[in-house]
Amino acid sequence: MSRRSAPEINAGSMADIAFLLLIFFLVATTMDIDTVISRRLPQKQPPKTENQEEFHARNVFEININRNNQMLIEKKEYVQLEDLKVKVLEFLDNGGGAGSNNVGNCTYCQGGPDKTVSSEMSDHPNKAIISLRTDRGTSYEMFVAVHDVLGQAYTELRNREAQRLYGVSYEDLIDQKFNDKENVELDEKIKKIKDLFPEIISEVEPANN
Amino acid sequence: MSKFKKQNKTVPQISTASLPDVVFMLLFFFMTVTSMRETEFKIKEPVLPNAKSVKKVEDKNLVSTVYIGKSIKEGTSGDFIQLNDKIAQVSDVRSFIMLSRVGKSDEDVSRMSTVFKADKGTKLGTVADIKKELREIDALKIAYAASQTRKDQ
Repeated sequence: MSRRSAPEINAGSMADIAFLLLIFFLVATTMDIDTVISRRLPQKQPPKTENQEEFHARNVFEININRNNQMLIEKKEYVQLEDLKVKVLEFLDNGGGAGSNNVGNCTYCQGGPDKTVSSEMSDHPNKAIISLRTDRGTSYEMFVAVHDVLGQAYTELRNREAQRLYGVSYEDLIDQKFNDKENVELDEKIKKIKDLFPEIISEVEPANN
Repeated sequence: MSKFKKQNKTVPQISTASLPDVVFMLLFFFMTVTSMRETEFKIKEPVLPNAKSVKKVEDKNLVSTVYIGKSIKEGTSGDFIQLNDKIAQVSDVRSFIMLSRVGKSDEDVSRMSTVFKADKGTKLGTVADIKKELREIDALKIAYAASQTRKDQ
């Protein structure tokens, strides 16, 4: 009975090879996921167009940041970063009049803190524009902090509406979407919430003074 | 003494046959959850500002990153821009974005965004100059990178 078997390959060095690869990947890769605040730039405008849209002053919430990172809102009031969110919420959630595209009055808006509608705040969330004017010397940290507050304000309102309509918060919808990119139903829900409170933030080119 | 000698039996060797399997498993884990380090910094590594209302970047292939920070050399002031592996000028941004569009479908191009990874202390003037360039070439989707602070903070 002759037994011919192939000689076994020595697998002793396999571990070393695997370790080597492992260490290479540990060194050459990073684990952090980038987190960003995304915004959209306005389209390039031909200089001095005739049909520039005029916005009613009550529908524009003006934020000015100077080179010393101080903030002025609506040209009359100095605010700190902590107080900005409340002001923005009041402005957006006012619902004093009819919106654009014939959507009629804002039925889901809850008004200011005392549930009253102010004549100085926006007509409708889809008309409300936040205009951010900065100086060339403003620090990036302050700028991002303000954008963050604006984002938080919109997220808070959208959370409220998503909770009311679908029983889940807007952030959860976004999270679900991130894990399930092909889900059309989620897309529609997110779009609907976004339409209720569209993010209209305009950045004015910084003045050099 | 003889009593003790009996205990001196050799311990059977631990089998290391499964070691490669374990290490390979670790290897695959790291290969899947990490991504390649993109660039080496030619400027001082930007310290990102903190923010709460941030989103995760969905597709890293559709993102071009503009780094803004201070120079490594002490005593130089002003903001420096880094694109890929080189220190660049504002005027270089245009070709950088154009290059990143090469070989992508129209749909992908419309989904591409530019991420600013700028240091906290950067002056907005620099950022504004780049944004102006981006508007010129219709690269309208931008994003400001920020490190996420916990929601309950």
